[in-house]
Amino acid sequence: MAQVFTKSMARNIFYGGSVFFILLFLALTLDTSFALPERDQRHQLDLSTEVGQRIAKGKALWENNNCIGCHTLLGEGAYFAPELGNIYTRFGNNKEAIKAFIQSRPAMGIPGRRSMPQFNFSDEELDAIAEFLKYSSEINTAGWPPNIQG
Amino acid sequence: MKYKSQAVAKPYFIAAIGLFLAQVIFGIVLGIQYVVGDFLFPEIPFNVARMVHTNTLIVWLLMGFMGAAYYLIPEESERDLYAPWLAHLTFWVFLVAAALTVIGYLAVPYARLAEMTGNDILPTMGREFLEQPTITKVGIVIVALAFLFNIGMTVLKGRKTVVSLVMLIGLIGLAVFFLFSFYNPTNLVLDKFYWWWVVHLWVEGVWELIMGAMLAFVLIKTTGVDREVVEKWLYIIIAMALITGIIGTGHHYYWIGAPEYWQWWGSIFSALEPLPFFMMTVFAFNMVNQRRRNHPNKAAVLWALGTAVLAFLGAGVWGFLHTLAPVNYYTHGSQITAAHGHLAFYGAYVLINITMISYAMPLLNGREANSMRSQVLEMWAFWLMSVSMVFITLFLTAAGILQIFLQRYTETPLPFMVVQEKVALFYWLRVISGLVFLGGLGTYIASFFVAAHDAKHPQAIDAGKVQPSPAAV
Repeated sequence: MAQVFTKSMARNIFYGGSVFFILLFLALTLDTSFALPERDQRHQLDLSTEVGQRIAKGKALWENNNCIGCHTLLGEGAYFAPELGNIYTRFGNNKEAIKAFIQSRPAMGIPGRRSMPQFNFSDEELDAIAEFLKYSSEINTAGWPPNIQG
Repeated sequence: MKYKSQAVAKPYFIAAIGLFLAQVIFGIVLGIQYVVGDFLFPEIPFNVARMVHTNTLIVWLLMGFMGAAYYLIPEESERDLYAPWLAHLTFWVFLVAAALTVIGYLAVPYARLAEMTGNDILPTMGREFLEQPTITKVGIVIVALAFLFNIGMTVLKGRKTVVSLVMLIGLIGLAVFFLFSFYNPTNLVLDKFYWWWVVHLWVEGVWELIMGAMLAFVLIKTTGVDREVVEKWLYIIIAMALITGIIGTGHHYYWIGAPEYWQWWGSIFSALEPLPFFMMTVFAFNMVNQRRRNHPNKAAVLWALGTAVLAFLGAGVWGFLHTLAPVNYYTHGSQITAAHGHLAFYGAYVLINITMISYAMPLLNGREANSMRSQVLEMWAFWLMSVSMVFITLFLTAAGILQIFLQRYTETPLPFMVVQEKVALFYWLRVISGLVFLGGLGTYIASFFVAAHDAKHPQAIDAGKVQPSPAAV
């Protein structure tokens, strides 16, 4: 019985199966890249526009300050602080509210509680971050998160 | 140890355990910050401690994989390593780069580190697990290339076995997929889509090949079962790993802007991802039951069996728990994700590395196995770490279920921070489990010193109670 299934059969399943599913994955990736322009708001990213420049700067600030180290964005990141993929809508579609929140964090924290650090962003930088979060909220995420709380 | 050059593995293993200790200490800092929000604030904010926690994990697992390769490839190839000096050199390059990076995280604000290392020239920082400065990433690529060259030449010039081939394919895949960490477009959806080509195709793809090869090697050595049997198992396990895992990447594409059809592809294929892990469990227990010899290193066999079981539980069962799209709609980015992450990484990759270290370190020190006293400590370490990690997972799962209910499922969903306070009890219990885990790791580290002591003073061992291993005599 043990000889019915040989090592060379197992090897062939490994190579054949891997190659087949890598190719299938690449085909699906190709199809996704054709579908994405309808979903990912890329028209906003045009660097010849002010909005596009602000989003690019906002994403750089998002990364350079490691925001993902506490927050999730579209559900990915750390789970220590609120989801921000829909923060724009949660704050009533108001970029100023986002800016005001970031700006008002106490430098020395809040005794006994979690608190966001004070990053001392300039007004221009705050604009960029808010624009980036607005853009993130407009990506078609198949209806996620389940509700406004993220 | 059959070949002198296998000795280069030793510094890799020692550094791996040192970094593991740092990882766990920072894990406990994070656990405390979950319940005492201002702990170490603003000196070490949560995001910094988390970077240290996850990055030291990645580096030490890579150190372990490299050490394992330097140990098992010469033995499989039946020849010395192609260039032992290069392995020594890359060890120091890797260790210094890792140390400087961690010091950078802790010493200056992250934005300053990004500025100092010229992140604007080629921005790659600030994405989960890929927080390393671009220059560090370049360093990792150089180390990986030198390492692959060294290993590859050894395989090419020596005996070619399935174990060494699978190990090599896994390591090449590891290096290739890491290159996607340099792709960081402003388009958030594309950024996330290809970010998973590093993260998912590592841990649910090529790393499983590395893990399979390491497990197969240790089982061949400790059980004496015919290589043909082990190799057949290895092929079929890694075949299932890639067949399910590659399309299984789709379970990360449900809610990040990709088309909805990924919910079908991802759910169906990732639902099958537990299969290779289940087969690994069956494989490991079968091999040990059919063993043709009783290897004196009983601790290594325990670690190997533990790997198989806990990888299946953590990666398989806890992964399946939230992988179906309708379930993941609620669990995505919650404490359920954290629960799965902890047991999966511990069960699969922490334990396979310790299995290898436990098997190889005595041999690198010139004995087949450590004294029984040392092995008993190792077994204590196994149970302390494994049981406490299972509890960490259970507490995070409980916190996650409550979180999902209160924040996402009820008619009146509550804000994130309100919910966090309501589930704090489970976070406290998690910290306590974390301290037990640290105790387990301390026990494990102590076992090395006991082993060294007993090897130096064999006459001090009371032969009636504790016996030195046959090889040590």
